[in-house]
Amino acid sequence: MKIHAIKEGNAIVMSLKGRLDAVASSEFETSLVDWISKGENNFLLNFTELEYISSAGLRSILATSKKLKETQGKIFLTGLHGPVEEVFKISGFISIFRVFASAEAALKEI
Amino acid sequence: MAVLTSLKVSAKMENLGRLIESVSGCAKAQGFDQERISKIELAAEEALVNIIHYAYPERPGDVEMICQVDRGRFIIEIIDSGIPFDVTATPDPDVTAGIQEREPGGLGIFFMKKMMDEVRYRRENDRNILTLIIQKR
Repeated sequence: MKIHAIKEGNAIVMSLKGRLDAVASSEFETSLVDWISKGENNFLLNFTELEYISSAGLRSILATSKKLKETQGKIFLTGLHGPVEEVFKISGFISIFRVFASAEAALKEI
Repeated sequence: MAVLTSLKVSAKMENLGRLIESVSGCAKAQGFDQERISKIELAAEEALVNIIHYAYPERPGDVEMICQVDRGRFIIEIIDSGIPFDVTATPDPDVTAGIQEREPGGLGIFFMKKMMDEVRYRRENDRNILTLIIQKR
């Protein structure tokens, strides 16, 4: 998996490419924790190029989200499609995070 | 019943990629489309990660994965000799709970059941034998 992160306005836009499986999820969570320790609070996760996610990936997102609650931070999502969207639907995660149709639309509101 | 592949490795996270590639290659050769291959990969990953994390709390051990076809069904058998654990007996998580009420865990087994047409478990000769079944259609 490849992670590309860039600060845009009030948020860190993190684009994931490839597979967010049990092996990649620890790297992903470390990356989020690094940004949080630098004082970042809002994350837009862009899944446009993500092909696959397992429960380990969801666990990382949930753990980070709980951590962000202390500082009123939030995780937003965009680019959900195919098997990744299916996993978000089945787990009910689709209704506990704000999902945007595009990164542009999300950044207007964050 | 025809065995397509059989792979036995130590139950370690570093072997997950190899196991998933194997099951994925098998499913592809059997004519599954990409959408259903993803489902098969997800079910297999959740089953394998569970074994890697919990089957051997005190000593290292192996995991064996056998891919088979039988009368239009694609069958993945996953075998470990760790502590007994019947995944089919675990309750489903509450998928309507909010962020704060959510506990990590439980989702993996739920995904496995959702992705497959059938999940069977049996304990035999001190081994856990998990069988994941999906119709070829």
